[in-house]
Amino acid sequence: MVGAGMSPFGMFPERDSKDLFTDAFGQMLKSVDKGIDPSDIDCLYVGNFTNDLFVHQSHWGAILSDALGLVPKPATRVEGACASSGLAFREGVFAIASGFYDIVLVGGVEDMSKRTTGEVADGLALAATPYEQRAGFTFPGVFGAIATAYFDRYGASREDLMDVTIKSHNNAPLNPKAQFQMTIGDFMKKKIERARAKGDPIPEWSDEKEFLHDPKANPLVAWPMHVFDCCPISDGAACVLLVAEELANRFTDDALSVIGIGQASGSGLHAADNLTSFEATRCAAEEAYGMAGLGPSDIQIAEVHDCFSIAEILNIEDLGFFKPGHGCEATREGLTSLHGPKPINTSGGLKCKGHPVGATGLAQLYEIWEQLRQQAGERQVPIDNLSIGAAHNLGGTGGTCTFTILERR
Amino acid sequence: MLEERPISDFWFQKFLTEEKLMGCKCTDCGALFIPPRQVCVGCSSLRLEWHQMQGTGKLAAFTSIAMVPPSMEKEGYGRERPYCTGVVELEGGLRVVARIEEVNSNQPENIRPGMSLKVCFLHRESDVGKTTWLAFVPSGDTPTP
Repeated sequence: MVGAGMSPFGMFPERDSKDLFTDAFGQMLKSVDKGIDPSDIDCLYVGNFTNDLFVHQSHWGAILSDALGLVPKPATRVEGACASSGLAFREGVFAIASGFYDIVLVGGVEDMSKRTTGEVADGLALAATPYEQRAGFTFPGVFGAIATAYFDRYGASREDLMDVTIKSHNNAPLNPKAQFQMTIGDFMKKKIERARAKGDPIPEWSDEKEFLHDPKANPLVAWPMHVFDCCPISDGAACVLLVAEELANRFTDDALSVIGIGQASGSGLHAADNLTSFEATRCAAEEAYGMAGLGPSDIQIAEVHDCFSIAEILNIEDLGFFKPGHGCEATREGLTSLHGPKPINTSGGLKCKGHPVGATGLAQLYEIWEQLRQQAGERQVPIDNLSIGAAHNLGGTGGTCTFTILERR
Repeated sequence: MLEERPISDFWFQKFLTEEKLMGCKCTDCGALFIPPRQVCVGCSSLRLEWHQMQGTGKLAAFTSIAMVPPSMEKEGYGRERPYCTGVVELEGGLRVVARIEEVNSNQPENIRPGMSLKVCFLHRESDVGKTTWLAFVPSGDTPTP
């Protein structure tokens, strides 16, 4: 991996997928230390989930290839729900590993904010199983149900999930590209100022958790998921440049190596072997660890797919960072915070950085690129000899998962 | 009659309209599945037959949905009137996803996994005509833990 770029994530009424992708592409070009002539790019893989519904347009491989001036180079769109660009990245790795191509651009994009919230929820529900859709499940509902099973099994509660939310909101303001630039404390101050300006009664909360317990400040979405447990609707794009190992020095003296990459599938809630764990995550991780010859304790920093607060807990357990049932305790003790021994989602995660679904897998790898190369600015983790990071991308009800391990050599 | 109905989601749904909870059984290894499958995930056999399931079980996981999709909004659900849906573990251990009715969706903190349930069938008119949703209600066989 010799280059990486990412557009800001947020809701941009005046920017479409082409604008966002071109923005990420331009930044990627600038990130290549010794430069790259775009005409040397052999092909493009694009992750996109369902712009078909969100903006009534398909065929994003060719459209984006044209936008970047890459025509007639081959361009292929890859779909795997919210793991679409994790899959696109894996296709790019295979293209190079096979020897067929030497220089591959991999991108991801989603443009979600041009529809109503109900329409977006309906579009996202396409990634659930048909049985879940018929039972009236929304995505927050799926993860809400998983949370009730987790609470029942391990005795955890909403309070425990709030620790995940508070951590994500502490990290995001340090990431200039994140959708939410506010801590929970900032939200509290803003609500108080607004009440004062309107002459309403001034709300009082003793701390962040009391604020998150207040149904006016944090309304129910799908029990026990409240607004602050859920990632937002976002627009955004990210891309990376992959080259054959023997060419890397032509582009940079500081490339990242893909040392492990795994992918696996899962069956949905009714057929899951365990309601408090995703089989696809466990299998993808096992594959990637095996390839890298590493174990969970070797991963120094990770971005994991926290579409909902409970998802981060499941992920850090499924990836082996913490034992099953111990994810909440680890989060509460600060082990996963920016300054902890195992920083998770330093970018703010999907929760706060934003989750333009088809861009997320690559945006996670972008964060690992920034951290491993010591370019993450204020949110740079203070780990000595930082060299190994990983990204975990999950689609649907655990239907698709990729886990990718990067090393700075 | 069963011979005329190939194993498919279409017929699974059709059985629901007839108030039958039908899964299927592998004629080679005996494994049971619900919803029905055309390929046995135990032994890869393609020889499966319909099998009527017991309509009793317990709540394994649930949610009460307050931000509702457009289809549920049409049924009158919304922020003031959330609906409950969940995962039900049938006797024997198989799980289905289904609507959970006759529980207080406005107080989800009082609903607990483990509650005993029995099947019921919700017959509804929708945009696509008559349809039946799989649902479960508390059976009252055991006190709610």
